[in-house]
Amino acid sequence: MNRIPLIMGGVLATVIASLFGLVLIPNMQFKEMQPKEIVQADGSTVMYPVELDDFREAPGKEVYRAMGCVYCHSQQVRPEGFGADIDRGWGQRRSVPRDYVLQDPPLLGTMRTGPDLANIGVRQPSDEWHLLHLYDPQITSPGSVMPPFTFLFETTVGDRPQPPLGSPVIELPTTYASETTWIVPDQRALSLVAYLKSLAQSFEMEEVQ
Amino acid sequence: MNNEVSATGPQHSFDAMDVGIRGIIDRSCREVVLFWYASSVVWLMFGSALALIASVKMHTPGFLADSEWLTFGRVRPAHLNTMIYGWASMSGMGTLLWLMARLCKIRLPWREGLILAAFYWNAMVAIGTWQILSGKGTSIEWIEFPWWISIPLGATFAVLIALTIKMLRERREKHLYVSQWYLFGSTIWFPFLYIGATVLIHSPVAIGVAKGTANWWFAHNVLGLWLTPIGLASAYYFIPKVLGRPIHSYYLSIIGFWTLALFYNWAGTHHLIGGPLPAWLVTVGTVGSMMMFVPVITVAVNHHLTMVGHFSKLRVSPTLRFIVFGAMSYTVVSVQGSLQALRTINETSHFTHYTIAHAHLGVYSFFTMISFGSMYYIMPRLVKREWISSRLIKVHFWCCSIGILMYWVGLTVGGWLQGMWMNNPDIPFMEIVGRMLPYLWSRSVAGTLMTIGHVSFGILVWKMLRREGEWLVEPTLFVSRKEAAEASFAQSPALAGANE
Repeated sequence: MNRIPLIMGGVLATVIASLFGLVLIPNMQFKEMQPKEIVQADGSTVMYPVELDDFREAPGKEVYRAMGCVYCHSQQVRPEGFGADIDRGWGQRRSVPRDYVLQDPPLLGTMRTGPDLANIGVRQPSDEWHLLHLYDPQITSPGSVMPPFTFLFETTVGDRPQPPLGSPVIELPTTYASETTWIVPDQRALSLVAYLKSLAQSFEMEEVQ
Repeated sequence: MNNEVSATGPQHSFDAMDVGIRGIIDRSCREVVLFWYASSVVWLMFGSALALIASVKMHTPGFLADSEWLTFGRVRPAHLNTMIYGWASMSGMGTLLWLMARLCKIRLPWREGLILAAFYWNAMVAIGTWQILSGKGTSIEWIEFPWWISIPLGATFAVLIALTIKMLRERREKHLYVSQWYLFGSTIWFPFLYIGATVLIHSPVAIGVAKGTANWWFAHNVLGLWLTPIGLASAYYFIPKVLGRPIHSYYLSIIGFWTLALFYNWAGTHHLIGGPLPAWLVTVGTVGSMMMFVPVITVAVNHHLTMVGHFSKLRVSPTLRFIVFGAMSYTVVSVQGSLQALRTINETSHFTHYTIAHAHLGVYSFFTMISFGSMYYIMPRLVKREWISSRLIKVHFWCCSIGILMYWVGLTVGGWLQGMWMNNPDIPFMEIVGRMLPYLWSRSVAGTLMTIGHVSFGILVWKMLRREGEWLVEPTLFVSRKEAAEASFAQSPALAGANE
């Protein structure tokens, strides 16, 4: 074992083989998967999955990345009988490769300090809930270990502030704040909530062997 | 034992000429290796601070919550990246350069270039960490640096590969020792993986979950094909070196190397078991993980049979104690990792702190402890001074070893329970969050202990660089010279001073 080219060749061959096996060959499989036309019960058709809109949802995904949400929240539902994802109501079905074909990159996540968010848009459709939860998770989920994101809001004590056009003004619950307190979300908070509300893995999808 | 071949290993030679050559080689490494080492220790301090902040935030979410830069989702990846690319990679690089020079028996070439490379590397890691803290991180685990940082970082290896090939070609020791294969392999593997994964993830080449598999193909192999080879190369060098006896079997070490090269690559997709992947792809990851038993057992047997009958020397030599701790952890972490790839175990352990405990057993208990041990051996030989205090080395060892043990036990038990509770839909999620708090606290305590160890080490390195130790006549041991001699250790080369 004293031949340098031999070692170098072997070393490169092993890693190139796994690059093909784990990434490039499955990638060919995924490239054939395009968004699919779904015929709904009333006869109308929709495409699934859908692209994020550029107004709020796509910027919201960037906020999700900038705040590192992925370190505590996954976006994948495991199959029936493997874990309790479906029993917990995190999804109606397991996640499949087609759910992610438009996501660049997909934020699958490997940690569930908090619950899975693959279908949070369906599970929690209220803007106000999301905004209060982001402002301080203790308001909506006492005992949570999620950090508060108060820096995404303008906080005003006393009179109701005049918000910029299109921004909601929310009064904090009296159980949380002793004085009358108003919060106005900034653009990033609104985008993040729009992104979260877009997260839904709907329709039956085939599994991939 | 094959004496004929293994006799060319790193075990001690009393040849007077060899002593002189070793002195010359060490001198040629001095500035370069010390600079990579000193930088790594600065990153270790910084990474420890980030670790503690992240850990406290997990049980006390209000801690430092007003600062956007210090929100959990930024501090955590900043911790990981400073530790991997700052501490582990830079200390590994220092060890790699020194080992290469020693094993090739030539002076370290391109010294100015290697110092420049260290400046460049530091700058890249600093800018990358700043990008993460300011919200420009990619949220792709282990590849959080923006692409315009990770590609230039990976490109540094063009120099390193050229250097390693040059050293190997000009080597004066004809036989290639197993450590050299590992080091050479790692310099090729890492840039291939890092640049490859960055391109796949940031370009339209890969789509959808293929970006996810690219992510774990890379992230699993950072440990497996970059840090692990350096750690094993160090263990293969220092265990025989300090004991003054050859490695047990040359052939086992060949088998260990090539099976690692073959199988580690394929294990990455076990991070996505249960995920939205084709079933065959996950199966491949599980098979690769199972096959890892071969290189792991091979290395464990080889190291154990080299150590056997000499365990009493762990009481004496700091280098040996850290390195054997690391080498044993390698066996434990690898066996644990293979088992975690089984679907039945993964069903519970995935998405929990169990995985975090496992990751620290690998990067910390195995790699970092071996790095500490290597630095305890190498730095005095570069500076020609002794460590100032054997008591501080003891503080360092016990804080880090008890710390990581507590860390691992706390999060392994906590994580397993977390997984069982999460798989029982009758337990509300918020109740699980509450039940996890004691385990998260145990991590903060363990982390504090480890940080105390790091500070002790930092003081030792600082004093070493300031040349405050005694002239190196005899190395710092945990026990008095008399006791060491009684442990029949006196003939061992590690005790024989700087030029040995």
